Amino acid sequence: MGTKTADPRGRIRVPPFQAFLDANRANVYRFMAVAVGPQDADDVFQETFLAALRAYPDLRDGSRLDRWVLTIASRKALDHHRAGRRRALPVAQVPERAGVEAPPAVDLHDPLWEAVRDLPARQRVAVVHRHVLDRSYGEIAELMECTEQTARANVYQGTKRLRELMA
Amino acid sequence: MTLERDLKRLAPSATTARAATAAAYRLGDAGANEGLVDVAVATMDSPIGELTVAVTPRGLAAIVFEGEDHDAVFDRWARELSPRVLMAAGPTDDARRELAQYFEGTRERFETPIDRRLIGPFAWDVLKATRRVGFGHLATYGQIAARIDRPKAARAVGRALGSNPIPIVIPCHRIVGASGTLTGYAGGLPRKETLLRLEGSIV
Repeated sequence: MGTKTADPRGRIRVPPFQAFLDANRANVYRFMAVAVGPQDADDVFQETFLAALRAYPDLRDGSRLDRWVLTIASRKALDHHRAGRRRALPVAQVPERAGVEAPPAVDLHDPLWEAVRDLPARQRVAVVHRHVLDRSYGEIAELMECTEQTARANVYQGTKRLRELMA
Repeated sequence: MTLERDLKRLAPSATTARAATAAAYRLGDAGANEGLVDVAVATMDSPIGELTVAVTPRGLAAIVFEGEDHDAVFDRWARELSPRVLMAAGPTDDARRELAQYFEGTRERFETPIDRRLIGPFAWDVLKATRRVGFGHLATYGQIAARIDRPKAARAVGRALGSNPIPIVIPCHRIVGASGTLTGYAGGLPRKETLLRLEGSIV
């Protein structure tokens, strides 16, 4: 691992995008379901894989694509929370989204949801990587483009806060 | 210590996996609408089993029969066309419509453009000559060899036909042995027989 996957002519070899999508869709969706919530998981999932599709032909490294896509997913989840906060301020009454709500992939009546929703975005994303996807702190640092120390701090504070809210 | 378990329970993997499958399915056409899909792939039913068609911005690049090694085929497309190979129905609509019409008996000629990047130079000579063999007609390997001015190359012609990435649309099923026997077909003789029967070439 960590070496470039190149063919004999030295070009970078990446799998067909469909194979990459099939291998990673479940993980990314599970991450999104908790990191941004079931109602928006679909949209941010699409944004993540569209960004991956856009960048795919220019990939310099065909290995560790699972981490690559989770890095994009983390960025998109954080963007989503930032955009949500910006939108919420100037427009007092955001109209409900038209149409029927997508059937939730999860049980929204679980009180843990409220606690998760109250977490600051970076803590929420870090907690999901750690406790839903079982990632190491080193990996979380890579996925969230921060130091391992910051990753630990985010997981710690997020977890502590969840315990307090659930107590 | 149950917090970890409770968090996992919030998004049960079976439920999110199902949602992921549906979301991934929608990704293809979203990507195609933004011009990000270089090889759009879709499947369709036919009298000779499920067909998988691959369409690029240049045209129809491949048709794959049910039972072939699809992973190997996708890998080849990624290598030789573009790694952006994705299931996306929209770009394949024209090709699939023409194929459906062919199987319904309302179309004898295909008009959808062809992407010949999966076809080598010699094979292209062979397949060009093959394309001129019309619906309901047959030719022999030797006749095709003669038509491309390689009269002794009947066996090489056979190999080129066997490697045809766009069967049905490039009608390699219309090429038969010297005695009129059906001989080989990459998709298997029963499929060749069904196609020729559909065209009224055999009874």
